[in-house]
Amino acid sequence: MRATTSKTPLRQGIGDAAPFILVVSPFALVFGVVATEAGLSIAETLLFSIAVIAGAAQFTTLQLLNENAPAVIALLSGLAVNLRMAMYSASLTPYLGAAPLWQRALVAYLTVDQSYACSVAAFERNPGWNLKQRTTYFFATCLPVIPMWYLMSLVGALIGESIPESAALDFAVPITFLALIAPMMRTPAHLAAALVASLMALGLTWVPYNLGLMIAATLGMVTGAQVELMLTKRGLFK
Amino acid sequence: MIERPELWYVIAGLAAGSFLLRFTFLGFVGDRPLPEWLLRHLRYTAVAVLPALIAPMVLWPAATGGSFDLPRGLAAFVTLAAGFWFRNVLISIAAGATTLYLALYLLG
Repeated sequence: MRATTSKTPLRQGIGDAAPFILVVSPFALVFGVVATEAGLSIAETLLFSIAVIAGAAQFTTLQLLNENAPAVIALLSGLAVNLRMAMYSASLTPYLGAAPLWQRALVAYLTVDQSYACSVAAFERNPGWNLKQRTTYFFATCLPVIPMWYLMSLVGALIGESIPESAALDFAVPITFLALIAPMMRTPAHLAAALVASLMALGLTWVPYNLGLMIAATLGMVTGAQVELMLTKRGLFK
Repeated sequence: MIERPELWYVIAGLAAGSFLLRFTFLGFVGDRPLPEWLLRHLRYTAVAVLPALIAPMVLWPAATGGSFDLPRGLAAFVTLAAGFWFRNVLISIAAGATTLYLALYLLG
């Protein structure tokens, strides 16, 4: 039996990302269903998933469009949800920044929660890897997850029409998001950011064009950053 | 009903914008370090935007005409509690969905 470390980056990447199929598949399936319920065609739903590959942002944008929010607000809110991708990009740069431009562009397109989380963990575990091993590992983590994202969006779109209203699928989005958010509350700063953001969002629903969401999110981010600063000063952070 | 040319513009804009967000640092910034204050705010984007988005959906669901709904409220609470307790996305979703259907059946 071979030790884990002797596995090639390709096999390690596929193996590390494989369990995420269980997370990505139902999420994509629900997106497909919700999108068709909102009146998107099967082709539009699939195109949406292929072009964007970001569940939370796709749900956000779709939800706002469905509530008749202006297109610009729907777009900006989706991008705001995806701001964390910029953080991921920043954090991958020291490891993959030296790759050729076409590879960096492909890495950018394929940067999702799962490929990012697996890769950063693996790069920290294997400081001896060269650039080729790192890029191979990154692309390997995408192999199980990304095709499944496309495929299950399509399946969701195909079965969407046949799901009855009693299935209460309207609530699939809040439940999925709550399940994603809870484990992110790693520090008091994260908790404070989430609390302030949600309370402000509830208080600001009267603001036109769903701008309350953007204001609430900004206030939440500032709160998180301030609490982190305060805790760091007292030596309490992390 | 979602208007048609708008939907396509939004999908195209979201695709292009998301790609740029993912490409910014890897592509343009390279190895130069980012200012700490910016990173400190970026760290809290996901935990601020997502709760702000769903808080009204949880308390005032569109499916019940915007008034609070006990089964949906319970399901949200159980999902969150399970998420804090198990730190596992799938278990939380399963717990929340079970609560929702059970409560809709019993209280519905």
